[in-house]
Amino acid sequence: MSTDTAPAAAEAHDHWSDLSYVKLTLALALITAIEVAISYIGDDLGALFVPLLLGLMLIKFFSVVLFFMHLKSDNRLFSLMFYLGLGLAVAVFTAMMLTFRFYSS
Amino acid sequence: MADTAVHDTVDEHIDHSGASSTGLSNNKLAMWLFLGSECLLFGGLISTYMLYRGRHSANAGPDQFWDIPFTSASSFVLLTSSLTMVLAVTAAKRKDDRNTSLWLIVTAILGSLFVAGQVYEFTTFYREGLGFTTSLFSSSFYTLTGFHGAHVSIGVIMLLASVGMILKNRIPGDKAEVVELIGLYWHFVDIVWILIFTLVYLIPA
Repeated sequence: MSTDTAPAAAEAHDHWSDLSYVKLTLALALITAIEVAISYIGDDLGALFVPLLLGLMLIKFFSVVLFFMHLKSDNRLFSLMFYLGLGLAVAVFTAMMLTFRFYSS
Repeated sequence: MADTAVHDTVDEHIDHSGASSTGLSNNKLAMWLFLGSECLLFGGLISTYMLYRGRHSANAGPDQFWDIPFTSASSFVLLTSSLTMVLAVTAAKRKDDRNTSLWLIVTAILGSLFVAGQVYEFTTFYREGLGFTTSLFSSSFYTLTGFHGAHVSIGVIMLLASVGMILKNRIPGDKAEVVELIGLYWHFVDIVWILIFTLVYLIPA
């Protein structure tokens, strides 16, 4: 954890131009449009419907986290702070939902 | 002479940017820790909705109320606000106050538009018979999306307050970092909506 990491991270941010952010936003808008289209043809996709939507959702989620929030190029301690909270939330609430499903059946 | 040397040495160790012994900004660390804890809040609200989304009467379920084209337009608005926010952050890093303020104002307008859309949606649902206490489904839906809307509203207030402070030059310390911290909060609000949009609106109960 050297003191050099912060300036290095700041330099890494600068590799992304404004145009790159515009391109990423357009890509995310396109993914959103695909998601909406999928929701209308859900019956035709069968078992693929939910995994496809979840996959696209995760792509959008991590694109914003990694690039807009700069977690990809920023210090790893920030990633640790965020992913610990995220991981804990996913684990706790997955367990909770499975418990409810188990006891209700 | 010796006194000056001592003062210089002391000044070197006083970091006005709030950096810690890790070399990282304490403010930024605190913001990431806060966002990590927010994951737990929204995780609880989303999973509660997922558990209760099927608990409604036959004619008062999601299929009767959702307006996907309208909600999709709201999603595009919030997504675009993430772009304008990141443009504000890059402008702040260039010390370009004019463009920073401009993009922050555009972000606040887009955020307000999203909140206005949510108010319209809630009003429409209520008039169609979906009240907060109508069913477990409606309670969990309004709580989840209402909490998210409150977060967006707080974000808009933060954006407008920061614009006012930038224009009056009243931000102490690193101005770019303050804008970046508000940006982190704003993007978090966006990623929560990414989850809500898919899990609540697009995947049927």
